[in-house]
Amino acid sequence: MMNALEIDSLSKSFAGTDAVKGVSFSIKQGEIFGLLGPNGAGKSTTINMIAGVCRVGGGSITAFGYDNQRDYRFTRRLLGVVHQEIVIDNFFTIDQALKLHAGYYGVKDDPAWRNLLIKRLGLGPHLNKVMLKLSGGLKRRFMIAKALIHKPQLLILDEPTAGVDVELRHGLWDFVREINRQGITILLTTHYLEEAEQMCDRIAIMNHGELIALEKTHELVRRLSSRRLRLWLAQELLHVPDELDTYRPELSEDGSELLLCLPPDESAGDLLKQICALGLDIRDFETDQSGLEEVFLQLTGMREGNDGT
Amino acid sequence: MVPKIASPQFHSWLPFVTLLRKEVLRFMRVASQTLLTPIITASLYLFVFGATLGERLSVLEGFSYAQFVIPGLILMGVINNSFANTSSSLFMSRYLGGIVDLLVTPVTPPQFILAYTLAAMLRGSLVGGVVWVISTLFAELPWTSPLLAVLMAFLASFLFAQFGLIAAIFAHNFDTLSMYSNFLILPLIYLGGVFYPISILPAPWENLSYLNPLFYLIDGFRHAILGVGDTSFVLAFCVSGGIAATLFVWAAWLIGKGYRLRS
Repeated sequence: MMNALEIDSLSKSFAGTDAVKGVSFSIKQGEIFGLLGPNGAGKSTTINMIAGVCRVGGGSITAFGYDNQRDYRFTRRLLGVVHQEIVIDNFFTIDQALKLHAGYYGVKDDPAWRNLLIKRLGLGPHLNKVMLKLSGGLKRRFMIAKALIHKPQLLILDEPTAGVDVELRHGLWDFVREINRQGITILLTTHYLEEAEQMCDRIAIMNHGELIALEKTHELVRRLSSRRLRLWLAQELLHVPDELDTYRPELSEDGSELLLCLPPDESAGDLLKQICALGLDIRDFETDQSGLEEVFLQLTGMREGNDGT
Repeated sequence: MVPKIASPQFHSWLPFVTLLRKEVLRFMRVASQTLLTPIITASLYLFVFGATLGERLSVLEGFSYAQFVIPGLILMGVINNSFANTSSSLFMSRYLGGIVDLLVTPVTPPQFILAYTLAAMLRGSLVGGVVWVISTLFAELPWTSPLLAVLMAFLASFLFAQFGLIAAIFAHNFDTLSMYSNFLILPLIYLGGVFYPISILPAPWENLSYLNPLFYLIDGFRHAILGVGDTSFVLAFCVSGGIAATLFVWAAWLIGKGYRLRS
């Protein structure tokens, strides 16, 4: 099966500044693919080049086998784009705008599909309102309906839930999962890393215009996140044994609690045996694993305060 | 439950038809601004020059002043509204960001230009047509060559629709856009022979008027209606056609390149 999207050595400069530097990746059909990175990493520029909003600076983009510059009429009708900024036409009502958008893509209005989108995105009571009178959340929901009205095969979601409340976010992600199950490939960017971790099959992380990670979500998290072992000791400890230095130990002031970092290839059981052998009396213990957020902060260097999202 | 989603059939003509429909709906939705206001303005001109001052003026032998001025007023309505439609629609799309909704669709540059142009021509023709109907209250026109008159009106409309597209692409803000209208089109219309034949001007001003592209449109249109003009119809048509073709190529190049539309 051909890939939904293939990006090869993609680059783009604005006024001499490289926004995207030779980025390559591909997205399989049926996948939910996350493109993450701090502000200014080049995510939106990459997405804008895929969608056609931005000219391709260098390299190539192929969607479902079609070149997005040479065969743009084919690629664009296969893509649906939810832009980061709210894009609406204040002249029209939701109903009018949805019908017009199907037509822009060369697709005749399908009332059953349109009504389904209206129902699932909760737009029904607002169909005859002009865009100017919609709330922020409604505008976001409308933008998703608009991006799906022509039944695209790849849906691009650029920060689709920015500024929307938790309930709406959950509803939108449930809907995105559902349409993904029905065959639509998803490319998304989000600042909610927990959601990206739950939603995405694979994740690419960009920083300063470069791709710095691309892996299956669980492998990325497993490989790069740190697991920690927290011990509560039956007897107060004055000094941490030198043998535990490699585990970056942190001892509480009263000497009753010890925190150790576990390398990815070492089990907690082996470390516990080693600690017992050193004569430490363990009263209780727990392990935890940091998630994508930790990985993201590590990779982008933001934990040291280099940037902020 | 969302059903299995398969790609629907693609109709290559539909993006053009939809964009044209959207552009027409856009100006119809604010018809009080886009149609009624210019019609009232033109009616006031007709009243002033047709029913009041006109009775005391005579600039062309064999014709009343109202008969002389009406073709110019009709064309002024056509020109202003064709320009206003493409320029305001495209500029607002750029300014408010709505243009990205079109940039991500399979609408081709020729479809884009044609849809915007035809909508502008329709608005210009509607205003021009209503002004003509109202003008019949003041004077009857001889309509010497009605087909050529319609051809000239369409040419004027087409030309200014292209100019509107170009202005919308280059404008930085609403002030710049209104400058095209107030400081370029309006003086060229007023000095292009709407209210007087340029032959009554002193020599240097008459010669300068031949450099005004609006003169050829207005004179050609009037020539087709009254049967007389300051210059030949063929020259007026050729000059206007040449300018229209040049502006079309320029607009097509800009839109094809995505100049100031795609980053």
